[in-house]
Amino acid sequence: MTARRSGDDLLQVADLCIVARSERGPRPVLVDGVNFTLRRGEVIGLIGESGAGKSTIGLATLGYTRQGCAITGGRLIFAGRDIRAMTAAERRALRGPGVAYVAQSAAASFNPAMTLLDQVCEIPVRHRLMKPDQARAAAIGLFRQLDLPDPEGFGNRYPHQVSGGQLQRAMAAMAMAARPDIVVFDEPTTALDVTTQVEVLAAFRRLVREHRTAALYITHDLAVVAQIADQIMVLRHGRTVEFGPAARILAAPGEEYTRRLVAERVSGPTFRAAPATAEPPLLELAGVTASYRSLLRVIDGVSLSVRRGDTLAVVGESGSGKSTLARVITGLLPREGGDIRFHGASLPPALAARSRDQKRRIQMIYQMPDVALNPNQTLLEIIGRPVQFYFGHRRAQVRARVAELLRLMDLPDQFIDRRPGELSGGQKQRVGIARALAAEPDLIICDEITSALDQLVGEEILRLLRRLQDELGLAYLFITHDLGTVRRIANKVAVMLKGRLVAGGETATVFAPPYHPYTALLLSSVPEMRGDWLDEVLQTRAETLRAVQQAGMAPAL
Amino acid sequence: MLRLIAQRLGLGALTLLAASVLIFAGTEILPGDLASAILQNNATPESLAEMRRELGLDRPAPVRYVEWLGHVATGDLGRSLASQRPVAREIAPRLRNTLFLAGYAAVVAVPVALALGLMAAIWQGGVYDRAINFVTLLTIAIPEYLVGYILIKYLSVRLGWLPSLANVTPDTPLATRFVLTLLPALTLVLVVIAHMMRMTRASVLQIMASPYIEMAFLKGLPKWRVVVRHAFPNALAPIINVIALDLAYLIVGVVVVEAVFVYPGLGQLLVDAVSKHDVPVVQACGLIFAAAFILLNMTADVLAIMSNPRLRHPR
Repeated sequence: MTARRSGDDLLQVADLCIVARSERGPRPVLVDGVNFTLRRGEVIGLIGESGAGKSTIGLATLGYTRQGCAITGGRLIFAGRDIRAMTAAERRALRGPGVAYVAQSAAASFNPAMTLLDQVCEIPVRHRLMKPDQARAAAIGLFRQLDLPDPEGFGNRYPHQVSGGQLQRAMAAMAMAARPDIVVFDEPTTALDVTTQVEVLAAFRRLVREHRTAALYITHDLAVVAQIADQIMVLRHGRTVEFGPAARILAAPGEEYTRRLVAERVSGPTFRAAPATAEPPLLELAGVTASYRSLLRVIDGVSLSVRRGDTLAVVGESGSGKSTLARVITGLLPREGGDIRFHGASLPPALAARSRDQKRRIQMIYQMPDVALNPNQTLLEIIGRPVQFYFGHRRAQVRARVAELLRLMDLPDQFIDRRPGELSGGQKQRVGIARALAAEPDLIICDEITSALDQLVGEEILRLLRRLQDELGLAYLFITHDLGTVRRIANKVAVMLKGRLVAGGETATVFAPPYHPYTALLLSSVPEMRGDWLDEVLQTRAETLRAVQQAGMAPAL
Repeated sequence: MLRLIAQRLGLGALTLLAASVLIFAGTEILPGDLASAILQNNATPESLAEMRRELGLDRPAPVRYVEWLGHVATGDLGRSLASQRPVAREIAPRLRNTLFLAGYAAVVAVPVALALGLMAAIWQGGVYDRAINFVTLLTIAIPEYLVGYILIKYLSVRLGWLPSLANVTPDTPLATRFVLTLLPALTLVLVVIAHMMRMTRASVLQIMASPYIEMAFLKGLPKWRVVVRHAFPNALAPIINVIALDLAYLIVGVVVVEAVFVYPGLGQLLVDAVSKHDVPVVQACGLIFAAAFILLNMTADVLAIMSNPRLRHPR
């Protein structure tokens, strides 16, 4: 794509070592001997799971380390100068005009009390590269390039007044405002919906190419990095696993770890279809409606059914009503119309009106195990509570049952007296599953349970759920925005858009032509490993969007 | 946002009403009533009953409360028992003095406290930060009258720079007033500056842990700008509340400082009135203090609401 003469070297990173500082005890090594050279106009993708050191490397190129971390070895040569040897003032001059940063969560990284334009213009104006009105004009130009609505007026808004996808693009404008040599993109699309991700990703790529800006693109998603990176570096525990041209890494990974990452995108555990039986559905929703404060209709005439052994995936973008549907089924948000039948009998709308047995048979697992588990309780208390509550066992019995559940989760018995803080993310999610199983439910509602986890860890959780389904005949209602997962694990799908069901049925039927236009849009937005995927999607996108609008939102189920 | 503000204003009015009930009830509970205060040694059971009938004190308390409230609402605070002059005229010069001293101290203390707090946040953990924290802790810990006496001892007795008495009269010219009240004002500044400065420092530092602060550093901004432009506006709400409490203290709670400097403020008047059983004056002073307290806190609430960009600029 670009000329690669050695004179074009922008940034040379050699033997970079970064450790977490600690007063006593071992000093965990975050980055260990990483080498790469970034040339003008080149994009290097840094890929790996959480804790791989990706962000730490990205921040180090701005001469920045987070609290408690320190660069202990190696060189970071930018434009002939070692960033490590720079004074504080030189480092400030580097940040923004030399190397700019795009953070993962634009919502958290924009100052809520300043307008977008003020924040975008801050780098060029404060570094005395442009006069305020010049900077303003440049910002408006960038807003236009990034397809932001009303480029002239966009900057006068505050961060909370624009959507997540727009905010993420505004952050790219902020990074590009002073025409930096290098932009560090730190998981910039991870928090976005797939359909939004496509547009944001395309905007980033166009921007980087037009300005011939070099970039470090940090992500955990190989398919995303395949669209934008020239080179890919696979990292694990702070070390380089593999580094090379993107096409080669994706097509012929040289290392076992990379192969696993690549393979995971392509396949994974599959859930078999539930046996067709004549028995009545376990859960049946008929024309269910619900709203918040009886003003905003968030669930509108949803009908679906789940049999024993089914895995029903509810998919849709954020704000489509997926999680609200879970709250309505569990009774946390009482329905306003329609009927929910469970084991053939109508469930009272409100949780408080349901019997203990009705509550027991529907359990939930949450997206964020960190937040869903009380950090002050031991696993015995967390998992033992439903055992005690629903079955009234005595203490010794509760302990035995909790130990049994832990074994079922492939967690060691000794964990029983530990607290969530001592566990990894995947282990915490297993505790969440154990807590749900403790009630011996018929139906488990899984709300985005793998989206906060690393890919490989998430796969293991799915595998565990699959095994439990085989052994216990559970039914799952699986809320997710990750269509790649849905295809593999669910035998039934319900596609939601703005509180309505737009498509539903057997997965094989819904995800095969002829698609409902919205399903087609969602499916086409799931990143694929092919390097030309993004180009293809962009070509057909306008047409797909038009079809969605024409089709309206008539429920197809 | 307007609804939220209207709510606060409504709540403020209600609180003031509740305070008036408490004040009235408080003066009812005081041993001895108006009648015995007027008659003093001439009180016989018969003359007391006669006097009470005359003053309307024989009627039930709720009726008298409503009557009193009605008078207050129309601006009639009654007559002082001690001087027989209208309470309003008795109070007006004192209130003016109190507001003057409070305003004087506040105009100095608020900007200085904010600046000191921001500086402490910028140089967090440094020598300046530790020194200012130590000094402000000291001024919080030392009782205000002691601060006053120390200032008198050094600034007026030893050095002879400033007068130790703040005995202003209604015809004292403004310039002289400023000089006369400099020491009490300084005492008050030292007392309130510590709270405001420490709250400014603490709330700014709490904001400094936010992702958008890291972003500001990654944009190559100097620390002073990150603190002043990015952190401070988001830290305003708790700071505004502490400032309101301190301003309320400057109006309501400075009787000790008034006593040290023999300053004719409202606090002194209240203490005198209580010792003389001058019920109408006590009630009026109580009501003014309550109103000042409620008004300032309400203003703080409204400003805090307005400092939130989400409420100021709805979607």
